[in-house]
Amino acid sequence: MPEPRNIPPFRNAEERKRNFEEVNLGFDRETAVKEASRCLQCKNPRCREGCPVGVNIPAFILKIKNGDFRGARDIITVDNNLPSVCGRVCPQETQCESKCVLGTKFGAVAIGALERFAGDFVIGGDCPAPQKKIDKSVAVVGSGPAGLSLAADLLKHGISVTIFEAFHVAGGVLSYGIPEFRLPKYIVQAEIDSLIKMGAKLVTNAVIGKSLTIQELKDKFDYIFLGTGAGLPSFMNIPGEGLPGVSSANEFLTRVNLMKAMEEDSATPVQRGKNVIVVGAGNVAMDAARTAMRLGADNVTIVYRRSREEMPARKEEIEHAEEEGIKMLLLTSPVAILGDKKVEKVRLIRTELGEPDERGRRRPIEIPGSEFELVADEVIMALGTSPNPVLTKSCPELETDWRGIIKVDEFGHTSVPGVYAGGDAATGSATVILAMSAGKRAAMSIAHECGVI
Amino acid sequence: MYKILKKRKLYDNVNEYVIEAPLAAKNARPGQFIILRVDEKGERVPFTIADYDSERGTVTILVQTVGATTYELSLKNEGDCIQDFVGPLGNPTDLTSYGKVLLVGGGIGGAVIHPQAKLLHSLGKAPDVVLGARTKELLLYIDEMRRYSHELFPMTDDGSYGGKGFVTDKVRELIADGDYGAVLAVGPMPMMQAVAEVTRPTRLKTIVSMNSVMVDGTGMCGCCRVTVGGERKYACVDGPEFDGHLVDFDEARLRQAFYRDREKEHFCRIRGEVK
Repeated sequence: MPEPRNIPPFRNAEERKRNFEEVNLGFDRETAVKEASRCLQCKNPRCREGCPVGVNIPAFILKIKNGDFRGARDIITVDNNLPSVCGRVCPQETQCESKCVLGTKFGAVAIGALERFAGDFVIGGDCPAPQKKIDKSVAVVGSGPAGLSLAADLLKHGISVTIFEAFHVAGGVLSYGIPEFRLPKYIVQAEIDSLIKMGAKLVTNAVIGKSLTIQELKDKFDYIFLGTGAGLPSFMNIPGEGLPGVSSANEFLTRVNLMKAMEEDSATPVQRGKNVIVVGAGNVAMDAARTAMRLGADNVTIVYRRSREEMPARKEEIEHAEEEGIKMLLLTSPVAILGDKKVEKVRLIRTELGEPDERGRRRPIEIPGSEFELVADEVIMALGTSPNPVLTKSCPELETDWRGIIKVDEFGHTSVPGVYAGGDAATGSATVILAMSAGKRAAMSIAHECGVI
Repeated sequence: MYKILKKRKLYDNVNEYVIEAPLAAKNARPGQFIILRVDEKGERVPFTIADYDSERGTVTILVQTVGATTYELSLKNEGDCIQDFVGPLGNPTDLTSYGKVLLVGGGIGGAVIHPQAKLLHSLGKAPDVVLGARTKELLLYIDEMRRYSHELFPMTDDGSYGGKGFVTDKVRELIADGDYGAVLAVGPMPMMQAVAEVTRPTRLKTIVSMNSVMVDGTGMCGCCRVTVGGERKYACVDGPEFDGHLVDFDEARLRQAFYRDREKEHFCRIRGEVK
């Protein structure tokens, strides 16, 4: 009978909820080997089908089992150049691990934790030998997961890559969105440094559509890839949302993750509310709530208009948040934010679930007369994001749908010849790994057009 | 890193910087802004483009020392570098379709109407300009304004130069018998609000430039949101210019002041360290 699943140690909730140290401490060598030994090495590995980028999971796990950790990393990076990132932030429980035959009976192999272990063995990775350069160049717009995975694949084919980033730091959502306690920034930086070592050029402080137009890029590069993400925050359109003290999760998290507002000597201010309400129940809502707690809040409450079952966040993130004292106020929706010169209270209404909507989730219905108020000095809206219009507005021939999502075919071609797109900009808000997978597909198309594969 | 090619002291605590920033200069137009960070620990702070030279790759900004970032900038000299400089951000102003235009600039911020005047002048549509300040020495860029305007009306609070009083006094007088197609008011929020109130009864198109608090400047954080005609707009990507008669100035002023205490605290701390 297989051994029970090994779980990596977590930092104690009482200790971690007031600092930004990484929560998941990862496997040590011994536990990693032990966990790797649980893998049955299926002849027809279903876990691999569950991986959006098709990592050869049994093969890398076998290497770990045999103590060849570097070899394990090398196998992963054939398909996924960000193992330390994906090992931390991928929703393995709905992807690879959900397909593991050990499954519910014995507990799936901890593929995510093993991937992280292998990735961290050489953080940022060894720099592969430089490829013979071919005379083709690609401008990559945006340095998030889609752009980074595309860039790595193109470099492996000897294609020149220049990455343009609007912020002063590369990484996109990995840098500004995901908190330090889930994804330490030195890991993101190591991955980017490694791309630069491979020959990628990085131009920060460059807003494509403003600093340079797509046309100007077309004049200088053979191909363009747009991986600009989904950066535009949503609000609820309820009264009081303009009051000071109300922010988007994007703003709140960017101030902390990118601008390091939690550090004493950072010039960037951030609100440190005592009674914080976070609206929404996705991973970003959990990140915002847990960050507010770490900035010294007394009470942090997640408000969500559906029930626990419909919460879009990863189960692990919800559990971690609850361990840290975050309260869940479910089947409740804000109707107004009240205050004189800043937020003082939020008026909420109870909801019940009705018929499923077009996405299959049961629709929340407000219960008349059930309104009540909750004291709050800070409200964070974590309601999802949509693609940023700065770039698309500057290039009218680039076709988008009504939400501003760039239209692409299965190979990542946009309506403009030579211009590709992928990631959240072309799908709407999704996951790191899906963006990486889109980047890989576009890299494949470009490499094919360059005649190198 | 972005090199300071030229630094010129315009007044006690006001400096003009010419920064080498080819990417920001290349496509810059009047009305747009940049965001800079002085050093590794710096905040991202927006500044309106006061002038630009796309060929030489330079952008000019005016900086009044009021807080931490501007204080750290004041310590930088010609030849020094600043960490980050990104732009041009926001939408350019297009005043060419309005017939005769009245530009109203108040205080230091008001000096940045200078590129508008320059552009209109080059198109043979030199605007009238009301330039207001507390006192004579604070009427910045006055020679340039005189050169590019059809007629210049300086105003000082203390009467040390031009008319005595506020810009609104002069605006009220000018629009009474002027045939303006539009007014562009740039300066502190209370001043822009006051100009919008003066023109409101006449329904004269009045454009204001919202200098909101920002983080990224590309529509990502939503911090700069302004309510315009009941709708949520982002100063960074929808603006910075909006119809002054539709802007909810009371809300905008509250939002702009929100981080002021926290900033003061930081300002005191860094000055302590610098000593």
